Amino acid sequence: MTFQYAPAPESTAIVNINSSNDLFINGEFTPGHGNPFKTINPATEEVLAEIAHANEEDVNAAVMAARKAYDKTWSKMSGRDRGKYLFRIARLIQERSRELAVLETLDNGKPIRESRDVDVPIAAAHFFYHAGWADKLEFAGYGDNPRPLGVVAQVIPWNFPLLMLAWKIAPALATGNTVVLKPAETTSLTALLFAEICQQADLPPGVVNIITGAGETGRMLVAHPDVNKVAFTGSTAVGQAIQRQIAGTHKRLTLELGGKAANIVFDDAPIDQAVEGIVNGIFFNQGHVCCAGSRLLLQESIAEQTIDSLKRRLVTLRLGDPLDKNTDIGAINSREQLDRIIDLTKSGEDEGAQRWSPDCVIPQKGFWFAPTVFTNVTQAHRIAREEIFGPVLSVLTFRTPDEAIEKANNTPYGLSAGIWTEKGSRILAMANKVRAGVVWANTFNRFDPTSPFGGYKESGFGREGGVQGLGAYLTSEETS
Amino acid sequence: MSSLDSQSPNMRSASSHKGLHALLAGLSGVDQVGAEARAAALGTRSIKKESKVWAIDTAISMVDLTTLEGADTVGKVTAMCSKALHPDPTNPSTPSVAAVCVYGDLVPAAREVVGDRIHVAAVATAFPSGRASLGVKLLDTREAVAAGADEIDMVIDRGAFLAGNFGKVFEEIVAIKEACGDAHLKVILETGELKTLDNVRKASWLAMKAGADFIKTSTGKVAPAATLPVTLVMLEAVRDYYTQTNVRIGVKAAGGIKTSKDAIKYLVVVNETVGDAWLTPDLFRFGASTLLNDLLQQRQKMLSGHYSGPDYVTID
Amino acid sequence: MIGNDRVEVRKTHKLFVGGAFPRSESGRTYEATNSQGEFLANVAKASRKDARDAVLAARTGFNSWSKATAYNRGQVLYRIAEVMEGRKDQFISDIQDAEAVSAKKATHQTDQAIDRVLWYAGWADKYAQVLGNTNPVSGPFFNFSIPEPTGVVAAVAPADSSLLGLISVIAPIITSGNSVIVIASTASPIPAITLSECLATSDVIAGNINILTGDPAEIMPSLASHGDVNALDLTGITDPELQKALQIEAAGTVKRVRSAPVNPDWQATPSLSRLRAFTEVKTVWHPLGM
Repeated sequence: MTFQYAPAPESTAIVNINSSNDLFINGEFTPGHGNPFKTINPATEEVLAEIAHANEEDVNAAVMAARKAYDKTWSKMSGRDRGKYLFRIARLIQERSRELAVLETLDNGKPIRESRDVDVPIAAAHFFYHAGWADKLEFAGYGDNPRPLGVVAQVIPWNFPLLMLAWKIAPALATGNTVVLKPAETTSLTALLFAEICQQADLPPGVVNIITGAGETGRMLVAHPDVNKVAFTGSTAVGQAIQRQIAGTHKRLTLELGGKAANIVFDDAPIDQAVEGIVNGIFFNQGHVCCAGSRLLLQESIAEQTIDSLKRRLVTLRLGDPLDKNTDIGAINSREQLDRIIDLTKSGEDEGAQRWSPDCVIPQKGFWFAPTVFTNVTQAHRIAREEIFGPVLSVLTFRTPDEAIEKANNTPYGLSAGIWTEKGSRILAMANKVRAGVVWANTFNRFDPTSPFGGYKESGFGREGGVQGLGAYLTSEETS
Repeated sequence: MSSLDSQSPNMRSASSHKGLHALLAGLSGVDQVGAEARAAALGTRSIKKESKVWAIDTAISMVDLTTLEGADTVGKVTAMCSKALHPDPTNPSTPSVAAVCVYGDLVPAAREVVGDRIHVAAVATAFPSGRASLGVKLLDTREAVAAGADEIDMVIDRGAFLAGNFGKVFEEIVAIKEACGDAHLKVILETGELKTLDNVRKASWLAMKAGADFIKTSTGKVAPAATLPVTLVMLEAVRDYYTQTNVRIGVKAAGGIKTSKDAIKYLVVVNETVGDAWLTPDLFRFGASTLLNDLLQQRQKMLSGHYSGPDYVTID
Repeated sequence: MIGNDRVEVRKTHKLFVGGAFPRSESGRTYEATNSQGEFLANVAKASRKDARDAVLAARTGFNSWSKATAYNRGQVLYRIAEVMEGRKDQFISDIQDAEAVSAKKATHQTDQAIDRVLWYAGWADKYAQVLGNTNPVSGPFFNFSIPEPTGVVAAVAPADSSLLGLISVIAPIITSGNSVIVIASTASPIPAITLSECLATSDVIAGNINILTGDPAEIMPSLASHGDVNALDLTGITDPELQKALQIEAAGTVKRVRSAPVNPDWQATPSLSRLRAFTEVKTVWHPLGM
């Protein structure tokens, strides 16, 4: 290669990680009473810090703090003032954006370019957007005086730690609720920095509580009797467990679960941009995206040349040190996830699909998986049915638009879909027929706080973002 | 598509224009937002240390050092050509540029200074507007070649293109190519007047099919001149043309590229769109004047470790 | 300043046009006085030519502002609030001079004015969701309606609420993507001038907001008939004859005219009406078909 890019590492000097960490309850950092656990940098397997483990006592303390803050302070505060706290938080995220981005990359393994250019700015934008709703709820279509629900339990995944936190906390606070949030076990650090930001914003104690821990902590939080609403983003299996768990209670629930999105490319697609959309659709964030375009449905007449173009493009992807500003593909978040990806891709080979990856230099330490494309995949293959949650694309073909719709909808999931064609009427007709909560036409993986996000079917229910997203956190007439 | 091979305009048959129209109509569309996003993403590559040193030297070697002003004189051209040969007198290791680019009547003055050491490109065909008869354009070209230009930068007839008269645009390029003789032909699309990326893609294919050795973004007299998205689309056309024909056509980005940072972004776009083979002055050029001094100052900084200033580079 | 012998540096109070502070091309000024009639400052007295220049600036500003994303517009408005917050003391002092009110009332008005900017900042990326919609037409068509800015608005600020009323006029106009030429309260112009200094340091696009000081009766007729002004906001016109004359003038170019409100309560939370007032609804149809 003539033009080599020298290493361009982002400095970690800006970040200051405490070797041992506490929970954040009632506006203060306070030790957890469970056994602390370690969090590692998945690119190097080095230990970054010890994380507190919230046990039953801690979960209870957090919910009580949230309840007290709700009753005494937050529910009595004007929307205008709530909004001002959210504006402060948004500003602080912007001010500390480099620190947050570096920390996110260290803890999660995603490329610094993405945490810097996507995760952190959109997180700030969510707080800005929702800050503006706090004193305008009477205009949102939920009645003259929509009321909050009370204390909200929120459990978030490891793929976009700070961004998922923003998607949860911003609307909850804007609508007047208080929050107990449990970050994912492998990615707690940006949530803890966010807690510092809450302190810098002088957010009243107890409005936001962060309790770190593993699955059991989440279960206890969801089960707590003094929680009014549960919001969960994560796997469909856990979502189903939560739905079972709260049955018979009055707790409100929203779920944002897995997906197996179809990215549909027609023969009249703007082909170079479609290739970018395919690449972004499945390789952005190492494919750790619930709405990833993991099934490419290619019109059969252009399948071969598109796959050639795709392979040519994949050769320029750079896999490696997530802190390097030129890295495109970072580390897989954990050993467990890597094992799942390896297992499923093996099934792809076993079931007869053709596997291809560009040549990648895989680092010695850390968890890595080269971008992988399977061709000659059919609906009956496991790699076409099951969510892999990794940088693995399954390519299927179709002959007509109706067939594309049938195949796209032939899944228990329904989170997102992509449609690539320059024909406007077909975009609208396809969007009309595809059973997915988010449809991207001639683009992919675009997120905005004004734009509602959420799935059909087993991808979950409820929407986050936009006017529609507020509803999950407000009372409705039928159920209080 | 054999009817589109180079032939003299007299042998053009009515059906070949239909073939040309069908080819251009059959090209994939370009989604503007997607293309701009891709170009912007490539612009975020961080090129430092030894790769930056390489990129700066490569960029210098790809510059067509240009003066195209009504006020140009032999004196002005002579000074610029001297700089083209030795861009940084204090650093003899600095590469010379690829070419100088002047109006046709100043070609002899340029040749006088550069000899055979670097190329002399002349703009021709009623540059920059292209509004003149084919006869005038041919004469313009022949005189420049006779005066010693070994590269000709012609402009396409944008009026004809925008009116859909692709055959006329095509035939003019074919005729000028013939008048070039051994000189190599760059075809300026004037993308700032073509406006849409779809038009840029179509014009690129039209020019390549008509015999261009290079396709060039702009005259530099119309804003916007070269941009990353436009250059990306042209490189994609060149890539696809190569897949189809095994022939490599060059790309020249001209006008509006002022800083080393800009130039390096273009090299990244070349690198990740068409790859190694195009990272040579034989296949990629920058049409620029002030860019060179910024490249030289950056080069000085990479060598000395401290920021340079305008006093440390020459004015032509 | 008890016990302070220092001689102050006094300010020249100029117009705010195109992001800069020019004097009136007419060279005229008028005396701004406090409620006791005491001299405060010589303030520029804008002419019709100043107004014409302001329209040019506003159109240029509109061309950029209307291309900004809703998010960016909200950020600019938020920044205006931030800068105003830092200038609170000056506003309080200006209001006390301008209106015969106590420090407490002046503080309250300033707080409300800043909070009003914040309120509108939060609308920038939302009003399209509330004022726009898809329409379930009968037939295989996708149909949506969106609010677009009308363009350049000439507005008259309330005579009697030198900051809060002024903000309540300006903020919704620019939140909805328009540019504005505002004629400040003739009797109480100083808070408007302090505001223009805040705007100049708040990432506001040059020409997006222009503030003229002077006599609306002199300037507004030429704005009402100006072919490149799209709408009028006559909020501060208290003379019904003048309002009628301006409405007649505006008819010549079919301008959108918002009449002066009767007994407005600037303290109350606004409705959506001012956001709606300066938008055009565009409705688009597109077939659905494979």
